[in-house]
Amino acid sequence: MLEPTAQQVKDEKLYLQLGMTEEEYDLAVQMHGRLPNYTEIGLFSAMWSEHCSYKSSTPVLRRFPTKGERVLQGPGEGAGIVDIGDNQAAVFKMESHNSPSAIEPFIGAATGAGGVLRDVFSMGARPVALVNSLRLGDLTEPRDRFLLKEAVAGMASYGNIIGVPTIAGEVQFDQCYSKRPLVNAMAVGLLNHEDMQKGLASGVGNTVLYAGAKTGRDGINGATMSSAEVAVEENNELPVMQAGDPYLEKLLMEACLELVHHDALIGIQDMGAAGLTSSSAEMAAKAGFGVEMNLDLIPQREEGMTPYEMMLSESQERMLIVVQKGSEDEIIAIFDKYGIEACAVGHVTDDKLLRLLHKGEVVAEVSVDALAEDNPVYNKPSQEPAYFAEFQAMENKAPQVTDYKETLVALLKRPTIASKEWIYNQFDTQARANTVVAPGSSAGVIRVAGTNKGLAMTSDCNSRYVYLDPETGGKIAVAEAARNLICSGAEPIAVTDCLNFGSPDKPEVFWQLEKSADGISEACVALNAPIISGNVSLSNEVNGKPIYPTPTLGMVGLIQDLNHVVTSDAKQAGDVVYVVGEAQTEFGGSELQQMLEGKIAGKAPALDLAVEAKRQQDVLAAIRKGLVQSASDVSEGGLAVALCEAVFGNELGLDVTLTGEAVTALFSETQSRFVLTVAEENVQAFEAIVTDAKKVGVVTKSTITINGENGVLIQGTTSEFRDAWKGAIACLLK
Amino acid sequence: MKFAILTFPGTSCEVDMHHALSTVVGGESEIVWHKDADISNYDGIIIPTGATFGDYLRPGALAKSTTLANQVVAFAKTGKPVIGVGSGFHVLVELGLLPGAFLMNPSLKFETGKVNVKVNTNTKFTSHYDENVVIALPYAHQFGSYYIDEKTAQQLQDNNQVVFTYTDESFNSIANIAGVVNEAGNVLGVMPLPERAVEEIIGGIDGLPFFESTLKNWSEQ
Repeated sequence: MLEPTAQQVKDEKLYLQLGMTEEEYDLAVQMHGRLPNYTEIGLFSAMWSEHCSYKSSTPVLRRFPTKGERVLQGPGEGAGIVDIGDNQAAVFKMESHNSPSAIEPFIGAATGAGGVLRDVFSMGARPVALVNSLRLGDLTEPRDRFLLKEAVAGMASYGNIIGVPTIAGEVQFDQCYSKRPLVNAMAVGLLNHEDMQKGLASGVGNTVLYAGAKTGRDGINGATMSSAEVAVEENNELPVMQAGDPYLEKLLMEACLELVHHDALIGIQDMGAAGLTSSSAEMAAKAGFGVEMNLDLIPQREEGMTPYEMMLSESQERMLIVVQKGSEDEIIAIFDKYGIEACAVGHVTDDKLLRLLHKGEVVAEVSVDALAEDNPVYNKPSQEPAYFAEFQAMENKAPQVTDYKETLVALLKRPTIASKEWIYNQFDTQARANTVVAPGSSAGVIRVAGTNKGLAMTSDCNSRYVYLDPETGGKIAVAEAARNLICSGAEPIAVTDCLNFGSPDKPEVFWQLEKSADGISEACVALNAPIISGNVSLSNEVNGKPIYPTPTLGMVGLIQDLNHVVTSDAKQAGDVVYVVGEAQTEFGGSELQQMLEGKIAGKAPALDLAVEAKRQQDVLAAIRKGLVQSASDVSEGGLAVALCEAVFGNELGLDVTLTGEAVTALFSETQSRFVLTVAEENVQAFEAIVTDAKKVGVVTKSTITINGENGVLIQGTTSEFRDAWKGAIACLLK
Repeated sequence: MKFAILTFPGTSCEVDMHHALSTVVGGESEIVWHKDADISNYDGIIIPTGATFGDYLRPGALAKSTTLANQVVAFAKTGKPVIGVGSGFHVLVELGLLPGAFLMNPSLKFETGKVNVKVNTNTKFTSHYDENVVIALPYAHQFGSYYIDEKTAQQLQDNNQVVFTYTDESFNSIANIAGVVNEAGNVLGVMPLPERAVEEIIGGIDGLPFFESTLKNWSEQ
């Protein structure tokens, strides 16, 4: 089949099929100085896709605080890097794989984990943990049950085989994600400062190496596709999905981690979205050089691949590497040890062009700056949606609840609240034996091998709050993530984000994006946790309806002394139960509201960042003094759920008395609250530090009793509540 | 005595084993890459867990095709200790050094957690445990259902070759077998992972006596 000519691309407007607008095409022509041929326009369309260029989100991303005393590498590289002392650093990044997962959830979720792991080890860091974040429909529809099962199996398969433990994660279920799941994966790695790498192609004449899997016709135009809405119902023209091979990646990872100690290494980058195109253009542009590659030398899995196909393929498990000229054999020998194919495919030039040769001819010659730096940036129109003023005008009031116990049991069975063990039991949570706190607590904790330090990590975002009030919801997402780290005994040090939104062409969606970014930024500053990496996934819509705005945050905290690690499980009967923070009548976006009314409305819970910061500092101080037996925050379902969850793990009970109006006391989702248990002998010292803590009762053996001002509100054996909570997701999947 | 911890392509938990055996318990061990390895000078062999060759075809099956596999078989014949944990047990079964085979877990899923096993203390790998003690060990596998015909199962039990037994019907293993030793008593396979249970802060310490027994008894050889 003959490729269209440059003239045909123009006349027949073929660029439209590649996701470029007429204006973008005209801009490309102007920058290029002539009509781009088919391969060249392919390069432009991929690099200027939202996925690679962030053209719609850049003005929003610029609002994020990205600097801090610990930040060694902010956004712009494969992953961000923060100093954790002792010449060590934590490296992390979160990425979405939503579009592929909507189509082929197993493969989509697996390659999501694979991609973000490559981002981390391409920085020179050994991945030590995976974290995930899922959003799915409420499991009433077979397709959503299938998506959950397959996405979990896919992520588990990749992580388990490559041998990186999955130690934390979160899931929220809501019909706004039905058939359009969000699959976000985060990888965390460790490195010594001197091993820090960047994706740079510098030094004229230096050699460009290709390492890893062969290039096939899979995932061509994936970057463009993932920037578009998925047509779930009529999937007639779906591209061939890229499949992952965790075994190959394990070998590639070990080779790359050996390579980073070699002096001849100049730069290394994963071939992620837009594969060879983005890695070569970005490495050259960042370094201020050019790259020339001979495509005949690219290892190819299929016959007769065109330059367009090779450059736009998203075959997995491939890296582009630049090494000093003359060192090729030594470098290739490292890959050979692991049975990985590596070969020279080009060299660095000084002309700032990406030049591609194929069968002896120059088939593309494009400015790397035009591709990777000078992409169009849009200030999209933004408009406050009509619903916002309506919601803000609503009175806060508590829903009608007649039977408190029945309501609590029903809440415990809600998949968003229920135990996630059906999911996390499929992950190897302990591989390489450094997992101090496995999934099921507030955050996962990993030991920094050879030290007494630990890293705590979590992912969070309650998108219902973000929908009702993006700015407040954005703040809450940051605050909740930080709270989860604090509850594990960690000090939050940095954030990665995955901004999952609907179409940015809708002014209301863009407004959600802007406002939530403002909220996130403000909270990150207040809680001293800069954003060091991230990813944007726009156009998450089904049949024209956007998902709830979901800026998922991955946060990492530093534990200075592993003796300070705390879990959410109460430890022994007789310990005193404290609640930090008073419940207000706040049910907008709450699980109770959704459960009783089938929809959400009203104001999101309020958040005072000064109060939040103070309480977090106090709780952390008490934990560090060894005064806290267990800690968890109050989130979905309110205090009654948080109290129950605190005693499920060790099958204890509790007897507490709450004040105020019963429904609010039990189920309100007021922010900045904690449930803590403290040993009797530490009560005084604890109260002196956590001044907002109020004693509500004691841990008992096996019965949960929650009293109100006028007697018992809820009473039952721990096991009856626990069984409802523990088995709910497995039950929904039957 | 010095152990070689063997790594095949895809092995991922050699560090757990090295940490447990050498850093925590104080035994001597080296991590050995399968290519061009010579294991004859070591005093013991350990095959750690992790998806060798990506678990493609069948867990452990492709490790059999390496040149190192022949050395392992020859090494076992010398009577020196050979230990396989998790996927390492799969490899020993594939090499024919231990009887039986593995099926997928009844859930058909990869499963992680902790499981109770009863310990047979009449072996050189377990003598430091209290008699008939039940310990809790971490596990992580998809192919954890040990299969063997009834006659051989009976023989294993009669010969005192069953080393670890699940206390319930976890993973639907025949006779609830979690770990076995060969007739000569020097080749051990165990599905749960003692190397992940040697420190209170990580997975408890129920795996410690396994390493202590092994080091003490085999170095007295």
